[in-house]
Amino acid sequence: MTLARAASFRTSVVALCTLFGFAAGALVVLTVLLVATGHDASVALSALVRGAFGSWYAITSATFVRMVPLGLAGLAVAIAFRAGLLNIGAEGQLLIGAAAAAAAFALVGNSPPMLALPTIVCVGALAGGAWAAIAAWLRQRFGVLEVISTIMLNFVAKYLIGWLVRGPLQEPTRVNPQSTSLPAALHLPTLIPDTQLHFGFVLLAALAVALWWWLRSTAGGFRLRAVGANPSAAASAGRINVARTTLVAFVLSGAIAGLAGSVEYTGVTYALYDNFSPGYGYTAIAVALLAGLHPLGVLATALLFGALEAGANAMQRDAGVPSVVVSVVEATLILLVVAAQRWQSRSVTGAGGAA
Amino acid sequence: MNDIESRAPALSLEGISQRFHTALALDDVSFSARAGTVHALLGENGAGKTTLMRVAFGLLAPQRGEVRLHGTVVRMTSPAFALASGIGMVQQHFSLVPAMTVAENVSLGSRGLFDPVTAAERVRVVSAKAGLVLDPHAVVRTLSVGAQQRCEIVKALSRNVQVLILDEPTAVLAPREATELLHWIRAFADAGNAVVLITHKLRDALAIADEVTVLRRGRSVMSTRARDTGESALTVAMFGEQSTNARTIDARTTPAPAIGAPDDVLTAVLSAVQVSLRDARGVTRVRDASLHVRAGEIVGLAAIEGAGQRELLRLLAGRLVADAGQLRQPTSIGFVPEDRHGDALILDAPLVENVALRDASMRRGRMPWHALRDATAAIIARFDVRAPSAAVAARTLSGGNQQKLVLGRELVPQPQALVVENPSRGLDFRATLAVHAALRSARDAGSAVLLYSSDLDEVLALADRVYAMHEGLVTEVARDRDVVGRAMLRGAST
Repeated sequence: MTLARAASFRTSVVALCTLFGFAAGALVVLTVLLVATGHDASVALSALVRGAFGSWYAITSATFVRMVPLGLAGLAVAIAFRAGLLNIGAEGQLLIGAAAAAAAFALVGNSPPMLALPTIVCVGALAGGAWAAIAAWLRQRFGVLEVISTIMLNFVAKYLIGWLVRGPLQEPTRVNPQSTSLPAALHLPTLIPDTQLHFGFVLLAALAVALWWWLRSTAGGFRLRAVGANPSAAASAGRINVARTTLVAFVLSGAIAGLAGSVEYTGVTYALYDNFSPGYGYTAIAVALLAGLHPLGVLATALLFGALEAGANAMQRDAGVPSVVVSVVEATLILLVVAAQRWQSRSVTGAGGAA
Repeated sequence: MNDIESRAPALSLEGISQRFHTALALDDVSFSARAGTVHALLGENGAGKTTLMRVAFGLLAPQRGEVRLHGTVVRMTSPAFALASGIGMVQQHFSLVPAMTVAENVSLGSRGLFDPVTAAERVRVVSAKAGLVLDPHAVVRTLSVGAQQRCEIVKALSRNVQVLILDEPTAVLAPREATELLHWIRAFADAGNAVVLITHKLRDALAIADEVTVLRRGRSVMSTRARDTGESALTVAMFGEQSTNARTIDARTTPAPAIGAPDDVLTAVLSAVQVSLRDARGVTRVRDASLHVRAGEIVGLAAIEGAGQRELLRLLAGRLVADAGQLRQPTSIGFVPEDRHGDALILDAPLVENVALRDASMRRGRMPWHALRDATAAIIARFDVRAPSAAVAARTLSGGNQQKLVLGRELVPQPQALVVENPSRGLDFRATLAVHAALRSARDAGSAVLLYSSDLDEVLALADRVYAMHEGLVTEVARDRDVVGRAMLRGAST
């Protein structure tokens, strides 16, 4: 048991070092890109760091606020990947979560806020789960690869919102393509006065800890991991109902992504509109992969990506560097992570011998 | 056909030896195929038939021995070289591209430009000349297994082969298709070509072959003209010397041991009564099978590959649901599948999680990791699993230790019934002994044990009673090598 403790300590140290390694790698790539595009790297980078961590306001209202949707969607992706499901649809599930929350507001907005706000947030989660269930059903009934179906459903969700904000959910004056703004009573409570940090941050932390505990310590979490690691052994040796476990994992993943949408809606944007999400659901894949699909690791990588996105805005504002440069860095990170995992798994199987 | 042996061999293999790791797969085997004849290559699973023909087709370079073509020694370096030399092989698992048409598949591997019209025309000419019905434009995925096989044959024939090697060609076919194929093979040989027919079906061999060679454990134990031998002699050759004291016990004349004795069936811990199962393609794999296993006995199941034993074992272990019939199963059934890596273990997970897999579907609430760690340590100690701790990944263990862990998991706590499939596959001698000891002690402790092994010796060494399975039918047979061998090759009722 002490051995096991030591091993798990060692793996967390290794994981942390890996994370810093990737952060350093990101910095190098970014510097090269800035120099190559003819910007002053030192000015741009200091703007980036200032935008992310330069002030109390930058930390709480920019970095942490962006960390919330990235972290929640990252948890959604991590849980699906742990179950062996390549759910690329966190973006669509997030959008549907936000749309359902906006629809819920239209229906129950006049109820007492104590009742209406939790309802709106929960409806978003349920809708995200239902949206993921479509892909789960397509997979189980027709063998449609979830990679394909979830990506396609992302586009469906995106254009569905486009229609909603010009149709049934459009604000009463019918001028702007967006939904009615939430009244202040229905905003998620602010955690620290004079910042934009909202209650979603607490939800994210609590959910990460809860998922970590659930995966590690409960029978349901163990079944999900077993099905993800080797479905035929899970069925044969564990007599686990693989189809059911897969469905549960898919719906759970979609619900967490949906929650990311409704939390963003009630905590930050207060309205639904086109381009509601700047690709949080896609970045979440990098967040989850970089975290090694570990729920607590997601908190760390979401912080990193939150800082990158916050800093990117400041960089654009203060140094005139287009913020898409950061997207390039994020994409490079994903490639690095995937390559590193391939390399690692190959060295493991190599050591394990031919079988 | 009188003077077969006077004909010069088109292909001959001389003194071939092949060693895989420590196992001698082929030991000084010689074999030849003559133009105008069919030479059947017989042997039980793992006897070395396919390995020998892989040498002939250039898929395997022999460690000793030589390959001769029309008397000249050649270095058979690759399948491409073999094809260019006029040798073709249709392997048991087809090597076709499912998404391509027949014509495209046949053209694969040839040089130059691909022209769909010429390719289709060539398929039409070759298949018409050979008398094989095949649509050049059909997509392979949509073809029946029989048609896919014809496509493989045409693919070989389009390269003008004179020596055709067929590995278990009738195994995948329906009886009528199999008969047609055998007729075709005979005609192809009569046209002056040489055919090597790898099979474990005696009747196929005797029906069309001119010569028969039997391999047992990598050695050639019999090579003769087909008309000079018969099913009994071949069975003896395939399964060993013990049966030379040929007591003529037959399944029919054995005093029906316990079959249908209602008391036994009722008191059995694990039993099946007229159970049937069809696979996804609608082919009946298990046909009205009845068998029972009492507490404190090891019941052996003997069968050649694909007889339906895989499905039957999973039905009895509660891993599959029957289409018809009744199963009596205790609440706790241990199951040791043959594919350790695929079906029994999560290789990247620690040993303790692999142990926790048993009954994972029944658990509620929290996982009792502390108790499971203690249980894993106990299994490691009792079953002599060489592992540094319960926290290491299953992947880091050797095959023998992995199997001991799987057995330990299924045996602690003691199950009422245990179903094991090829438990010593791929294990060395010592690990095999450990597995056998564990099975015996499970029996002695009162478990009902059902054992299937493709190694008949293992079945006979461990089992108290034996059932043979042939094409989905199960019969209890005397615990006698000759009788069991005959029943698994031909079915007990004929």
